[in-house]
Amino acid sequence: MKSKIIAGLMLAALSGGAAFAQGAPIKIADVAELSGGGATVGNNWKNGIDLAVEEVNAKGGVLGRKLEVSHADSQSNPGIARAQVQKALDGEPYVLLGPGYSGSVKVTAPLAAEAEITQIMGGEAAELTQGGNKYLFRTSFGQQSSMPKVAKYINDELKAKSVAIVWVNNDFGKGGRDVITKEFAKYNIKVAADLSTEAGQADFAADVSKIKAAAPDAVFVYVNEEESARMLKELKRQGVTAPLIGETTLVGQKVVELAGDAANGARGHVGLTTDAPVDLVKAFREKFVKKYNYVPDHNGIKGYLAIYMVKAATEKMGKVDPKGVANALHGLTIKAAQEPGILMDVTFDEKGDIDRQGFLVEIVDGKQVIKQVLPKLN
Amino acid sequence: MSNLLDLLVAGLATGAIYAIVAVGFTLLWQTSQTINFAQGEFVMLPAFLMLAAMHAGVPFWLAIIFGILLSMLLLGLGFKMLLVDPMLRHGVLPLAIATMALAIGIKEAVKQFFSAEASPFPSIVPAGDISVFGRLVSLQSLGVLALAISAVVALTLLLNRTSLGHQMQAAAQNPTVARIIGVPVERMILLTFLINAFLVALASLLITPIYLAKFSSGEVLGQAAFIAAIVGGFNQVRGAIAGGLLIGVVDNLAAAYVSTQYRAAVPMLLLIVIILFRPQGLLGRPEERTV
Amino acid sequence: MSAATKKYLRIAFGLAVIAALIFVPMNFNRYGLFILSQWAVMTIAAMGLNLTLGYAGQVSLAQGAFVGIGAYTAAIMTTQGLPLIGALGVSIVLCFAIGWLLGYPALRVQHHYLAFVTLAFSTLAFLVFRNEDWLTKGIYGISNIPRPHLFGFATNKPLPFYYVCLGSLGIVSLAVWWLIRSPWGRAFVALRENPIRALSLGIDTRRYTLMAFAIGSALGGVAGTLYAPLTQYIDPVPFNLSLSLDLLMMVIVGGSGFYFGPFLGAMIAVLLPEWLRFTQGYYLMLYALAVILLLIYSPTGILGILDRYLTERRTKAASALREVAKPKLETAA
Repeated sequence: MKSKIIAGLMLAALSGGAAFAQGAPIKIADVAELSGGGATVGNNWKNGIDLAVEEVNAKGGVLGRKLEVSHADSQSNPGIARAQVQKALDGEPYVLLGPGYSGSVKVTAPLAAEAEITQIMGGEAAELTQGGNKYLFRTSFGQQSSMPKVAKYINDELKAKSVAIVWVNNDFGKGGRDVITKEFAKYNIKVAADLSTEAGQADFAADVSKIKAAAPDAVFVYVNEEESARMLKELKRQGVTAPLIGETTLVGQKVVELAGDAANGARGHVGLTTDAPVDLVKAFREKFVKKYNYVPDHNGIKGYLAIYMVKAATEKMGKVDPKGVANALHGLTIKAAQEPGILMDVTFDEKGDIDRQGFLVEIVDGKQVIKQVLPKLN
Repeated sequence: MSNLLDLLVAGLATGAIYAIVAVGFTLLWQTSQTINFAQGEFVMLPAFLMLAAMHAGVPFWLAIIFGILLSMLLLGLGFKMLLVDPMLRHGVLPLAIATMALAIGIKEAVKQFFSAEASPFPSIVPAGDISVFGRLVSLQSLGVLALAISAVVALTLLLNRTSLGHQMQAAAQNPTVARIIGVPVERMILLTFLINAFLVALASLLITPIYLAKFSSGEVLGQAAFIAAIVGGFNQVRGAIAGGLLIGVVDNLAAAYVSTQYRAAVPMLLLIVIILFRPQGLLGRPEERTV
Repeated sequence: MSAATKKYLRIAFGLAVIAALIFVPMNFNRYGLFILSQWAVMTIAAMGLNLTLGYAGQVSLAQGAFVGIGAYTAAIMTTQGLPLIGALGVSIVLCFAIGWLLGYPALRVQHHYLAFVTLAFSTLAFLVFRNEDWLTKGIYGISNIPRPHLFGFATNKPLPFYYVCLGSLGIVSLAVWWLIRSPWGRAFVALRENPIRALSLGIDTRRYTLMAFAIGSALGGVAGTLYAPLTQYIDPVPFNLSLSLDLLMMVIVGGSGFYFGPFLGAMIAVLLPEWLRFTQGYYLMLYALAVILLLIYSPTGILGILDRYLTERRTKAASALREVAKPKLETAA
């Protein structure tokens, strides 16, 4: 009898607890570069997250529970990122989002893994997902998967034998430069000039004159959008005619806006872009512009996708279990037909890398024209 | 050779930008021993004031006037009365630190209330290139250079040829004596702050179409201008121009002939060399004070 | 209150603070411990700068670069399996020597040129950290920096490592305390207060100024040696000019030339932004505003306020004494 009462009480306590948990919001922690050198990256990421959370909550949340995101600023400094991630983990979040800088990811990933909390980040450096961390996930192609596509295009389509590389000297630019240099070596493509530039650089005359002197068959430009625009203008001014190849940061709408005519003819591989010829992406762009009054770059999409990754993984598990998220995401394919928020079909592999459709585009008369669709691998 | 000409012309164009920011630096230092670490942010802000006015539906020309006037009010009068006046008599350093905090405050405010994104900014100089010695140079760069040079010419004329200028110089060189002979020292100092605010607003108007309106664009500018001012001699307006142009050219030549990775190092080495061999700067006067 | 009781009170207060720093953090979470460790490290760097600036009157804009040199020395050596204590020695010698070499030509010319030379050095140091991949791993940074074993204890957990930082702060504090009371320290102050008089008294001003700068720089190196194992990952970006400017801010805000200035200044710079984080996007703006208001209210820093208050009380007490003494003197006359 006694034991029955106790069991009854325990049951009541359990169900009471469960009922409480049912209503409580799911806490998600975001640590991003909201100030300092990466502020543009971090604020796009944050805005994307906020937009997605708003949408998800408006439709009743995840498994009936609302999402609640807290944002913390890393000041683009790995030391502060570590402190903020530590603080976020002390608060026992469901999932950790960010940071965007690869260095900050490197310093924080071991902490999240130790706490067995899934970390969905914005970093693109190749090495991030190669250390066997079971809790780390990308939101975009790592450089190890985007650069080979660019190198292949330069070799197969342009038949270039020598290439000049222009890169921005931070972890993003250097990472891309290092991966593509290795790819070029595989095709026996010679690096005619290897030029590092500074973030925020305004004057590219010296860099372009070096390119001119090297007379390469093609120029690979891997700098941020604003610098891309200045670079394109200077290339045009000094009359460089070699084909210009890049990534999202060379052929985005923003670059076209800033560089005008000079952007015509620039080509590149694009993983995530608000210019993608996909209806869901176009709708996303409209919603974003309506809320924030500007067109997001790929970091805005990344933040938005991160929330829908959490949603899809949670719905797959059928319960809110922080330790299970990583497991649920490994090998998961999210179809845009079922989860429109994911925008394009995507698959996560065992390392936390993603597989998704990509595009090769060219700027023609100030518009992105899709030259080739690079299908999803599986 | 043609390559070298390219680099020189481009370097002068960038150098003119540094120069125009450095001029205000030296003005404030001369009259009130103010080292303004927020000078770069002072150049960044007026463009946003103008953009804000334009977003409110004001036509461009009116937004420019609004931006300049508001800058003079905030960055001239307000800066002097609220920050410089209470701190000036406590020495150079606390004030310099306060301007550093001010720089953080301005940056964060623009980011928070406007955007972390770079916004394009309309140019009053037509976009396009013009041929100089057979090189294509953007009209915008020439506009900046023209403004920098006319600012110096106008300032030099004002300082040396007018009675107002003489009073300003007297106020700058020896405030005590100036006060005795009846120079309204306070008003003269205020005037230099207003001139600085006017200059940064003008610079903002010319530079922003090239640099884009972005909360962080003042960082690079402020630092380059500070170095240009030191190289030119902290106490001479002409020196600031020379320093700015020199830094611009040296930076380009370094990138082309030394190393793109170390391009920022060469102006620094130049700075050290100048301090060792010509400590008063290229065109500066030796200062009487030793400490 | 007698002078003796005051002295005991002060000692008791000091002991209470030290005890609090040791015992209170025991049940802090990892974040709290990390922030406190950061405070201890930054205090060491600021104490070095305070020696250069507050006691010898020289502006250095390279303290952040010296922290960087210390951090890279520690990171490179400890990831090669060498002990942290060895890295500490190398950092101190390296920073002292570089400080001496930098200061020598700058101080030959004129006093405030040290500021300009150190400004240039800051940029150069950053470029070397970033570009010399073979040594520093460049922009990718150095990860997996181990935390040391001290006396057989592993300090890789947050609390033990906090005690490493706190203990180092204690040792540095004692050393600086001794230094400023030594003839050297008195010479530093003499040449800040009146260089010409110091010179006429036979103090070799240049040598002492140089010494103050080199010792201050070496303390920057000490801070860096702790910073690397604290964050366990370093890249060049945190050691750019803005760290030097931040440290300068800490010294001025705390009270330049006051022994306890750096403790308070580092507290403002490290803890205040953390406290203000609840205001979300406004926290850095409010932090900047707080610093500006503080400096307008008291350009001599936090300890300047205290100093002013104490001086006022003393003059008041003195005039009160005079008031009391006056009638007696008059009647005596």
